[in-house]
Amino acid sequence: MSDGSVQSMTLRSRQSYRRAQKLAPIVFLAPAIILLSVFLLYPLIYSFELSFLDWNGLGDGARFTGFDNWERLLSDAVFWQSALNNIYLAVFSVLIQLPIAVLLAVVLDEASKGSRILKILYFIPLLMSSVALGVLFKNIFDPNFGPINSILTELGLYDWTQDWLGDPDFALGSVIAVVCWQNVPFYMVLFLAALSSFPREIVEAANLDGASQSTIFWRLKLPHLQGTFRTAVLLAVIGSMRYFDLVYVMTDGGPEHSSEMMATYMYHTVFNSFEMGYGSTIASAMFIIITVIAAVSMRLSKRFETEI
Amino acid sequence: MQKKAFKISKVAFPALGLFWLLVTTLPFLFVAFTSFKGLQETYTNPVWMPPESWNFDNYLQLLNSSFLIYLRNSVFVISVSVALIVLVSSMAAYALARLKFRFNGLLFGLIVAGMIVPLHVTLVPIYLMIRNMGLYDTMFALIGPYVACSLPISVFILTEFMRQVPKELEEAAFLDGCGPFKIFFKIFFPLSGPGISTVAIYNGIMLWNEFVFAYVLTSSPDTRTLPLAVWDFQGQYAADIPAILAVVTLSTLPLIIVYAIGQEKIVNGMMAGSLKG
Repeated sequence: MSDGSVQSMTLRSRQSYRRAQKLAPIVFLAPAIILLSVFLLYPLIYSFELSFLDWNGLGDGARFTGFDNWERLLSDAVFWQSALNNIYLAVFSVLIQLPIAVLLAVVLDEASKGSRILKILYFIPLLMSSVALGVLFKNIFDPNFGPINSILTELGLYDWTQDWLGDPDFALGSVIAVVCWQNVPFYMVLFLAALSSFPREIVEAANLDGASQSTIFWRLKLPHLQGTFRTAVLLAVIGSMRYFDLVYVMTDGGPEHSSEMMATYMYHTVFNSFEMGYGSTIASAMFIIITVIAAVSMRLSKRFETEI
Repeated sequence: MQKKAFKISKVAFPALGLFWLLVTTLPFLFVAFTSFKGLQETYTNPVWMPPESWNFDNYLQLLNSSFLIYLRNSVFVISVSVALIVLVSSMAAYALARLKFRFNGLLFGLIVAGMIVPLHVTLVPIYLMIRNMGLYDTMFALIGPYVACSLPISVFILTEFMRQVPKELEEAAFLDGCGPFKIFFKIFFPLSGPGISTVAIYNGIMLWNEFVFAYVLTSSPDTRTLPLAVWDFQGQYAADIPAILAVVTLSTLPLIIVYAIGQEKIVNGMMAGSLKG
């Protein structure tokens, strides 16, 4: 092949390449953008739209009511109770799950023997669907049949037995306990991954210098986990604000809204009371709250990072 | 001093590991034991004891019920959704990682921001849309929302991944006369194998356990997925606790088997998925 034909070929292919290059971004991105617009962006806008309506969801009975639903939300004790419950869930998730998870991660990181099988067994709660877990724990907390009360009775602690999910004083606590039980393994694996990237030489050097195990843990390993800790807190808080499945199955938000979450309250308003408009107001408020929390905590953790 | 601390970790750590093992596994032991008990036995025999005689009736009854239809539906919905997620998100990721066009950065930011949208906010609008489209109570009602809600995180993971594919490969393919489409299918798609399996596994598990959309967008056993089997049977068998717990066991089994086979990949997939989230 002569030089000239090679040049003309690359010239032509370069032209068609350029044309393809122009067309390519549109073709490659179109499916994603269409799907996201139809099933994420549009519903988000539609939800705000619905929040200005009084509508039972059927037929043409929709009535524009301006900010009525939003005013109602501001003075709705049940909504604020549910938002507060979400905050309790977030706080206790962080305070209970993360310390246990760090401790377990350190234990598994130290013990090589048998830790593989433990890692597998610890992980199972995460694989189960929340519905299955909800049904399982509903039975475990059952006042008459459930193992918790049976064991307490057997131990002679009959006075401690409760109607765990049916008593407004205990329902939220019981739900939070199960949420922690379900999610500890997730944070454990997260910390485990961070610990495995901790340089072994540093531990060896510290050992040679006569540092105790606890010094190594407090002074070296824990500071190393700081970044992961911030990620974990962020994930736990945002996850807690949108909790639904497990609570819906275990207590349905009851009794007397004592374990109500924003998401379960929204669900009840729409699908049990048929208030599409007000339910959408709750959903939109949830979106605003979560976005603000996410933005603030990301800002805070960034500032935190630059300060260090 | 050093010796003492060392000893504590020698005793306390295994004890702690064992304690948490009990905390994790006892509930499952309770489910498994109870599901093999006869209804009568649940009232007479202490709950934490193994069954006096192993009773398989609950399981046999399930295999003759609509349980297998729920399972089939889950397999269908999840395979179609995951296939679409992989295709659509890898295409978008390639464009965002490698093609130069206006608004590239802005678009990437917008798509990734989709990760913080709480899905429950879209529930009512999607329910209304699906009803208007005439898709209510079909399996296709689930595929659109499932694919869309998985895209932000999948695009994020795959874009990071494709940014690391060496430039030289692309240039060589270009000199061989390949356009962007051939370059994507011949180079980027195959080379992103590990990233794609992460995305597939993470979304597969999340969607396999998805409850609320399936609950709201479908209503009959012919279209509902496995998490709904637990829910529907709970209503049906109301007082028959062993039967309900047999459903719980059987619906959990597929994921535990899959997990036993691909443990490492699943942990990595879930970590990557949620870390970036």
